[in-house]
Amino acid sequence: MSQPDHDPYLSAAQSFDGGDNAPGDEPDESSGHWVLNSNLGLAFSVVLTVAAFLLVHPNFIYGPDIPVALMVLAIAQMGVHLVFFLHVTTGPDNTNNVLALAFGVMVVFLIVAGSLWIMNHLNQNMMPMDQLLQMQR
Amino acid sequence: MSDSALPASVETLRRLREDPHRVGHRGHGQDGPVQGAGHGATGPARKRIIVGYGFWIFLLSDIVMFSCFFAAFAVQGNATAGGPGIRDLVEMPRVALETGALLLSSYTCGLSFAATNARNKLWTQVFLLITGLLGLAFVLMEAQEFIGLAARGITPERSGFLTSFFGLVGLHGLHVTLAGLWLLTMMAQVQLKGFRREIIHRLICFNLFWHALDIVWIGIFTIVYLMGSVS
Repeated sequence: MSQPDHDPYLSAAQSFDGGDNAPGDEPDESSGHWVLNSNLGLAFSVVLTVAAFLLVHPNFIYGPDIPVALMVLAIAQMGVHLVFFLHVTTGPDNTNNVLALAFGVMVVFLIVAGSLWIMNHLNQNMMPMDQLLQMQR
Repeated sequence: MSDSALPASVETLRRLREDPHRVGHRGHGQDGPVQGAGHGATGPARKRIIVGYGFWIFLLSDIVMFSCFFAAFAVQGNATAGGPGIRDLVEMPRVALETGALLLSSYTCGLSFAATNARNKLWTQVFLLITGLLGLAFVLMEAQEFIGLAARGITPERSGFLTSFFGLVGLHGLHVTLAGLWLLTMMAQVQLKGFRREIIHRLICFNLFWHALDIVWIGIFTIVYLMGSVS
């Protein structure tokens, strides 16, 4: 007779479970874990947001550096949200989530960078509109 | 937990229900899952994981859609056709308030799920309500901004730049509005149906959606408003 506690089916269904977690979900964690994560996420986000809004004040940092600094802060805050609010981690239970995220980030990068690249080249290579209109006369 | 094993017939029924065709190659007899066989060796994942993961895929595709609007905005940035540019649109105090409202709503949304995990209906509802009110404040502020712009003759059809601006910011506002309706639905379902399994699955998805909207807003307030104000 097998005892339920040692039943491979039960233990597989309850604890092993392929070793996966969905994003935004850690069924085994207590509420305190969730509250702590929310508090940390809020704290980091407030710091990063306030920093971003302070940066754009004139003469705070060297002007041409502002866009780069803003992008760094934005990406950092997105990371904070992913970790503390969406609970996407680097743990083995999150491999699938991180892989899907990586694919999404790649597509986003291709769309944004590709659009900018192509459209800038088109702008440079295209005849100015007034000349084009003159030719058509 | 009792020490006595379940009756064999109950065990068999449960196994048949869980994995009727044994597609997951669960170990037979007492062997248990094969060590080192990799993920999936223990059969189909629980519904909670499938639902959450599926919604994660949807969210990523939603973010890909947003990236198209971001790309359009970046490309059309200078296409003002002699009309107002981004510097003429930005009202910093309003953007700061909108950002604060959305960030706080993300926080209370996280707290509501903490209460959900503790199976506390009252606090789940309270935090969901606060989340909804903050989201409503955000949507109202944005609507006020758009109405104010329209009153100054700044409308989407004025130039390619304004089309992309209203498209990007408006799409996000539309998402928040729809998420607000979803939130009301979830509050009603939690109240009437309680913490049933499928209701909790929906709450997981709702949390993911709400936090993802905040992530998109980080991109918008950084790229559209903050960078616009210094461009």
